[in-house]
Amino acid sequence: MKKFLAVLHARNMEFLRDRSALVWNLAMPFMLVFGLAFTFSGGNKDIYKIGVVGSIEQLTQAAPKLPTTQHLQFIPYDDLDTAINKVKHHQMDMLIDVSSAPKYWVNTSSPNGYLLERIIWGVGADKFERQAVEGAEIRYVDWFLPGILGMNMMFACLFGVGFVIVRYRKNGFLKRLKATPLGAFQFLFAQLISRLLLVVVITTIVYVGCDFFIDFNMQGSYGTLLLVTTLGAMSLISIGLLVAAHTASEELAGGMLNIVTWPMMLLSGAWFSLEGAQPWVQNIAEIFPLTHMISATRSIMNEGATLAQVMPDVWVLSLTSAVFLAIGAFVFKWE
Amino acid sequence: MHAIITATDLVKQYPGVRAVDGINLAIPQGICFGLLGPNGAGKTTTIEMLEGIHQPTSGAVLYKGEPLGVRYREEVGIQFQHTALQDFLTVRETLKFFERLYAETLPIAEVIELCSLTDILDRDTRKLSGGQRQRLLLGLALINDPDLIFLDEPTTGLDPQARRNFWDLVKLVKSRNKTIVLTTHYMEEAYALCDEIAIMDKGRIVSQGTPEQLLKEHFGDVVLQIPGDDAGGKLMQMDIGAVPAGELFEIKTNRLHHTLQQLMDNGINLDRLRIRAWTLEDLFINVTGKEHKL
Repeated sequence: MKKFLAVLHARNMEFLRDRSALVWNLAMPFMLVFGLAFTFSGGNKDIYKIGVVGSIEQLTQAAPKLPTTQHLQFIPYDDLDTAINKVKHHQMDMLIDVSSAPKYWVNTSSPNGYLLERIIWGVGADKFERQAVEGAEIRYVDWFLPGILGMNMMFACLFGVGFVIVRYRKNGFLKRLKATPLGAFQFLFAQLISRLLLVVVITTIVYVGCDFFIDFNMQGSYGTLLLVTTLGAMSLISIGLLVAAHTASEELAGGMLNIVTWPMMLLSGAWFSLEGAQPWVQNIAEIFPLTHMISATRSIMNEGATLAQVMPDVWVLSLTSAVFLAIGAFVFKWE
Repeated sequence: MHAIITATDLVKQYPGVRAVDGINLAIPQGICFGLLGPNGAGKTTTIEMLEGIHQPTSGAVLYKGEPLGVRYREEVGIQFQHTALQDFLTVRETLKFFERLYAETLPIAEVIELCSLTDILDRDTRKLSGGQRQRLLLGLALINDPDLIFLDEPTTGLDPQARRNFWDLVKLVKSRNKTIVLTTHYMEEAYALCDEIAIMDKGRIVSQGTPEQLLKEHFGDVVLQIPGDDAGGKLMQMDIGAVPAGELFEIKTNRLHHTLQQLMDNGINLDRLRIRAWTLEDLFINVTGKEHKL
């Protein structure tokens, strides 16, 4: 424990005294959240999203012209309640259930819902039973915030820990530590906890700072949000440790980290929802810890999900942390 | 004397290169042992196998009769030739950091005093001069009060004054009955500090013993140096083995009285004659066949 605390303290001091890195780590997410929130706050959606419970064949039977109408995106859903929630929060413009007698749900306060209702009446769905729902719109910034913070955490975790360890290896610091009784797991675990503390503290500061100006929607528990965020960061840091476990080349480490970060950045739902994407894309996205972290934090913040409801994500994040850290310690090379 | 560390048939094979080729060593407790050799001789590979940093391809290293393990890490002190420290920490914080990695340590105050670190305790380690940095690295190597200390070219790059100050430190450490294994490029340093030396070449030890023993063994004679300005012609005509060496002529002899008599008989002026003692530098060139380059 003494050795672990020694490495943890030394690493924390190194980070906190590196003013330029500290300022950058704080400023970057602020700039991203503000910049993107105001740029995209209008939600420039050029198609209408319609959730469908039941098959497309059943929809075609119920209203033959509807599936071929342009600029409509049909997103299949298995769970009716989840889909209705999406309509309530304006995340989907309409829900159609064709698994039994055709019905549709529309949010009475949604302009898109109002227009879409008139469109489907014109293509043979006017006989569908109408179900009205109500609910405040989740602003784009509320949907977007977990993604942007998650993505910033991903970069801070992966590159922050990955490059530091490669630098230590390259300049001989790890070789010096190898000559002491310090073990690989103690060293890596200290790096993980140091980075975790810094990332969680910085993310909290950014969240509170942005919330002061933007007033985020927060339906769920802050405790659950903190737990998911912490586990997500642990999982991402563990990937960084694994990537840096063996290489002494910053170029190679950079390449490997890019290979890991780019797919996560594009497919984890940080920038856009994958609800309408191909199933194989969604399956790939499920592999990434970032997907689970963003999905769980969005559910907590926007829908008030409880710990029990996000437990599958919690398990994935916990297991991936343990597995990546264990493999990283096993293959770790001091030189 | 009982050996604190032994190496038996130590071999390190890299693809296409046998860096170390069957080395045997037994280093007694309490001495300073110097490992010398030209670049590429295998001394760093050897010392890193002794340190436990690299595993030998074959052969064994025993510390106090046991294979290297956790106890070894606790009881050995190492100063690498090239090493970095954690950035943004002061000298004091760096000492504390390393102190916490060991179960038993010297009091930090003692290390500070021993290595003369008092004046630089609050200085960022990135801002130390070469000599200050080497003193800190020695302090880190001593912090666990090791019985065995490895110093890998500790004075490379230091100015002559800083080098001599460092030698004083090493002598002070040695006086505490510590065993020191030293590699160096400076023959003068090896002569000043080492009780025993081994000269390596091409992965093997080509000569080993105390500096005096080796000089006696390899150089039974002495060298006479005579300025060549007016005596050169006569010297070359004499059957005395005089060879030009710059502006001097050198004569190697193991019969000093007889040679001096010959010179006087031939009217050679001996007012500016010098007798040069053989040095480790000469020994190094003699046994490795290589000019010593810093």
